[in-house]
Amino acid sequence: MAEEQFQNDIPVPDDLKNNIFITSLDKLYNWGRKRSMWPMLFGLACCAIEMIATAASRHDLARFGWELMRASPRQADLMIVSGTVTKKMIPQIVRLYNQMPEPRYCVAMGACATSGGPFKEGYNVVSGVDKYIPVDVYIPGCPPRPEALMHSFIKLQEKIEKQSIRTVRWYQKGDEVSIPVPMLGPDLVDMRKANEIKAQAATV
Amino acid sequence: MAAGAPAPAAPKPAVAAASPVSGAKPPAAPAAVAAPAKPAVAANTDAEMADITAKFEGLISKAPYEGVFINDPARLVEVATYVRDGLHFSMLSSITAVDYPKDGVIEVVYHATRVPSGGKPLCFKVRVPREDGKCSMPSLCGVYPGAEFQEREAYDLYGVRFEGNPDLRRILMWEGFAGWPMRKDWKEAYFEGETKPFETRWPAGKHELAEERVPWQDNVTFPKDFDPFSYTSKPDGNIYESMTGNRNSVQGFPDAPVVVDANGMNQPQADEFMDELKTDEIIVNMGPQHPSTHGVLRMVVKLDGETITDLKLALGYLHRNHEKIGERNTWLHNIPYTDRLDYICGLANEWGYVLGVERMMGITPTPRVEYLRILMAELTRIESHFWSIGFLLNDVGAFFTPALYFITERDFIIDLFESVAGSRLMCNYMRFGGVSRDFTEQQLQRAHELAFERLPRAIDELDHFLTENDILKARCIGVGYLPADRSVAYSLTGPCLRAAGVGYDVRKADPYGYYERFDWDVPVRYNADVYDRYLVRVQEMRESLKIVQQVLQRMSKDTKVGDIQAGKKAYNHRVPAGQTYARVETPKGELGFYLVSDGGQNPYRYHIRSSSFINLNSLKEMTVGYKVADSVVILGSLDIVLGEVDR
Amino acid sequence: MAIIGAGILKGLGVTMRHFVETYIEDFKYMGFNVDSSAVRRQNPKNRGLATIEYPKEKMPLPENFRYVPFLVEDTSKEEEKCTSCGICAKVCPPQCIWIERTEDPVTKRPVPQPKQFFIDSTICMNCGFCAEFCPFDAIKMDVNYEISYYPAEDYKTAAADAVAASIQDNVLPVHGGGAVGRLIFDKTGLMKSDVYHATIHPSDWAREVAERKPAPAAKAAPVAVAAPAAGLSAPKPAGPKMAGGPKMAAPAAGVVVPAAPIVSSEAPAPAVVSPPAQVPVTRPSKPKIVGHV
Ligand code: SF4
Ligand code: SF4
Ligand code: SF4
Repeated sequence: MAEEQFQNDIPVPDDLKNNIFITSLDKLYNWGRKRSMWPMLFGLACCAIEMIATAASRHDLARFGWELMRASPRQADLMIVSGTVTKKMIPQIVRLYNQMPEPRYCVAMGACATSGGPFKEGYNVVSGVDKYIPVDVYIPGCPPRPEALMHSFIKLQEKIEKQSIRTVRWYQKGDEVSIPVPMLGPDLVDMRKANEIKAQAATV
Repeated sequence: MAAGAPAPAAPKPAVAAASPVSGAKPPAAPAAVAAPAKPAVAANTDAEMADITAKFEGLISKAPYEGVFINDPARLVEVATYVRDGLHFSMLSSITAVDYPKDGVIEVVYHATRVPSGGKPLCFKVRVPREDGKCSMPSLCGVYPGAEFQEREAYDLYGVRFEGNPDLRRILMWEGFAGWPMRKDWKEAYFEGETKPFETRWPAGKHELAEERVPWQDNVTFPKDFDPFSYTSKPDGNIYESMTGNRNSVQGFPDAPVVVDANGMNQPQADEFMDELKTDEIIVNMGPQHPSTHGVLRMVVKLDGETITDLKLALGYLHRNHEKIGERNTWLHNIPYTDRLDYICGLANEWGYVLGVERMMGITPTPRVEYLRILMAELTRIESHFWSIGFLLNDVGAFFTPALYFITERDFIIDLFESVAGSRLMCNYMRFGGVSRDFTEQQLQRAHELAFERLPRAIDELDHFLTENDILKARCIGVGYLPADRSVAYSLTGPCLRAAGVGYDVRKADPYGYYERFDWDVPVRYNADVYDRYLVRVQEMRESLKIVQQVLQRMSKDTKVGDIQAGKKAYNHRVPAGQTYARVETPKGELGFYLVSDGGQNPYRYHIRSSSFINLNSLKEMTVGYKVADSVVILGSLDIVLGEVDR
Repeated sequence: MAIIGAGILKGLGVTMRHFVETYIEDFKYMGFNVDSSAVRRQNPKNRGLATIEYPKEKMPLPENFRYVPFLVEDTSKEEEKCTSCGICAKVCPPQCIWIERTEDPVTKRPVPQPKQFFIDSTICMNCGFCAEFCPFDAIKMDVNYEISYYPAEDYKTAAADAVAASIQDNVLPVHGGGAVGRLIFDKTGLMKSDVYHATIHPSDWAREVAERKPAPAAKAAPVAVAAPAAGLSAPKPAGPKMAGGPKMAAPAAGVVVPAAPIVSSEAPAPAVVSPPAQVPVTRPSKPKIVGHV
């Protein structure tokens, strides 16, 4: 794929040459990333059972080059949030996400991870993991079938294809900002909102 | 560890005694032993209640609907001891609290069971005032050690202090959480209405997401001048301090006093042989994100070298508030939620719930329904045991090959569920007095194929594959020993209890459905170790298969096609005021539903006595003394599912 | 127990047998339609392990399979069958259905037709109660599970932009709004024709047709309502709306269930969803604390 671009002999203005090179590189780079995503071995609830079923013989995630489930976040590229995210668990999830090296992706599997799902009203349930960490692909369903999970991988591959080395956040200047870990206080405290909460509490 | 012993000594003499026994026995020998001569199952507990009423005159009064009141909470332990020793209700099945804000009391409800003979549970209740400070009563941990986690749960959710509980911390929520969430007047952040259906959904169609409203202003109050920047969060309370004991050097815990010697090294204030061995005692957190904890369980283990000297569990990472949501739901709404308790065997959970509601409503399901339920529940048992054995093998170290084979077999079973009930895991199949769909001819055909060809073959293969595998035996025999009397005291149920020689199975002990009409046995083994738990599961799969085969053979003869609903199908059930404790035998053990109705559309109290949760009570005693690598095997042999542990 | 390691050898034998059996199966199916072979091999009678190569081939879905619900459109009249009786909203366990009833502009009496109908598929637990208890067969469970999506692409609202921006700039989304916007289906987004329903639920459709035939629809409909109507204050279905019964049966009753694949792999996922512009998500603009969830 990348070679085709090089063989293209349409004259290119000088100031664009660099771009074309990047485009070709993008393709190569995206192709590499999307074919060997290593998910983190990390299950939360019922959806994890379907995730395991996806990795098992019938559906065989290895066909996508995604079979290597790593138990350590340091070796993983993809976090599949497979299940209900509770307030008690979210600090750990954020920590794990922060520990993953970039480029990293996150799939919210199932209704619970997307928005809290059937347990949304619960007092210990976070209404969607995207309240804390950026989610790339959402899968509705409770639980999504293994095929639906694989469909989300295809979607994620699509998304990766559209990314460019020049704009992805992990090649930008400046330090990587990690997500502040929420705190278990009288209720869950989002440290990004700590100032507002403090102001609010002062006026109680 | 014995000082200076080069080879690790057997941690418990009892284990050493047990292993040769099972080693000498050819494991292929018939493992199934019929449960001790079938007891006459008591239909009610009137005689026992009369007995304690007479014995503790003036202290006991009859409670409405079910059980007795113990009028003076201070004398609870005395009564409970008599219930255990005098009346032989040796296992405490369930403890739960019910909030009655109108009366200003919280009622704590106990259900005790005779083991293994069974019969109806004996129910006794204690009432304490709701006000903080007065809401306290004695703990039953001294009488029934299995009460520990359940008391902590009642404390966590209702704020009842159990004086004497060895570790009274919050168990599902975290220390520092504000409020007692299960109390009737406590409102969650996304509170919309006391009960469903919510008025806003129809006909006005008010389209507003819960989080669009500023969620916590009304219902979550941060204390005045709460400052997130200076607040020290200690979600586990003093879990580490309570484990450090007299050995003070704990790596990684700055709070613990550390003695630094002249060389700048941490020097444990050790007792003698520790000095000699120069081991450090360390505390290791396993989980909540750990591949061997079967979900988001956290084990805090204290290690001396590799030997576990103490273990505590931190739960609640999957606490999804089933009970709070369940009390807002209508009776019907709760059925699909029960699927999500123990998500490996959703159909078994549904049965427990519908059984309870049917008893309160006085519905008798049709024969077809009973047959279909048994069929589905027993297939679920096989499927669940496949799963648990597969993952036990993962824990032993046979990474994934056995699990893959068993997941393949399991896939065929859940394909059948999907084709009948519509979903692989969350079947939502049972209704009050009925089931949602009948089997078609093709589906019955498929069930036949499974029950008579595929599954027998698969179970034989499993047996062939694993039972005599030397590595499996080396890792499992004599590991995780917990004798019968301790198991009963810890309220252990399910295959683990039956592997300790106690033939207690709710299907025989407190029969429900049509189980009595089929010919099957309760497999029992006696070594109480991981290997026997494995063998009991294998044998149980064969017994379940026997039931499934009988059901399939007799169904067409005994029942009418399409007769799948007793009475009229409805969605707005009103359940007569009352209380019930309905229990079923799920693959994990005794699953109970304690339901209280006030006559309305919604349960007043919806409590789940979950076997996985209560089985964890005994994990500490099973694990201490073994190596850290054994702890995952022992946990695997308990076969917990976090959805049910944390609910 | 005589030989040490005999058990291990036995176990390895099982693994070996699986290996060989899988190849024997492969061999047996060689020369047949390769596309469906793995699917056909998902049969308890077969041995060996077969992998379904998902995007290329798919497990046939059972008729009862349920994913998120859809509203059935009466193709003969080009409008929904739903009468906005509200039963589905009541039986929905997580309460993820919102229905706005139409009012007659003059009399202010309710008209049996929903003005708006929302299902939040991010909450829906796929329980199937709505379809099971709807007295008008107006809502059914879909089998299309390929609706996962990524937000920053075709979804253009402020919230999605925020998500897109956050992905680029590492500013975290305040609301993670993408999912919330895209996966709430409104009436247009939910509507699928009864031909589609007949295709994916042939026996359910056959039952509907059979129930409809004997009596004129004007009578049949109230009969259908009678049982569940006990506990609700729904308006009686107005005559004219329901009178189309026999007619509406006509086009679709004749539909011999096509031999088309139950779930067509070509069906693009976005087809399920209404254009984003039609998804009104109320987003108050006042500043607020949302992190606390
Ligand atoms: S979406 Fe459904 S299946 Fe998945 S974790 Fe939530 S409740 Fe369980
Ligand atoms: S139950 Fe059926 S007819 Fe009534 S509002 Fe729901 S979809 Fe419409
Ligand atoms: S399937 Fe269940 S959860 Fe989903 S909309 Fe229908 S009733 Fe509600």
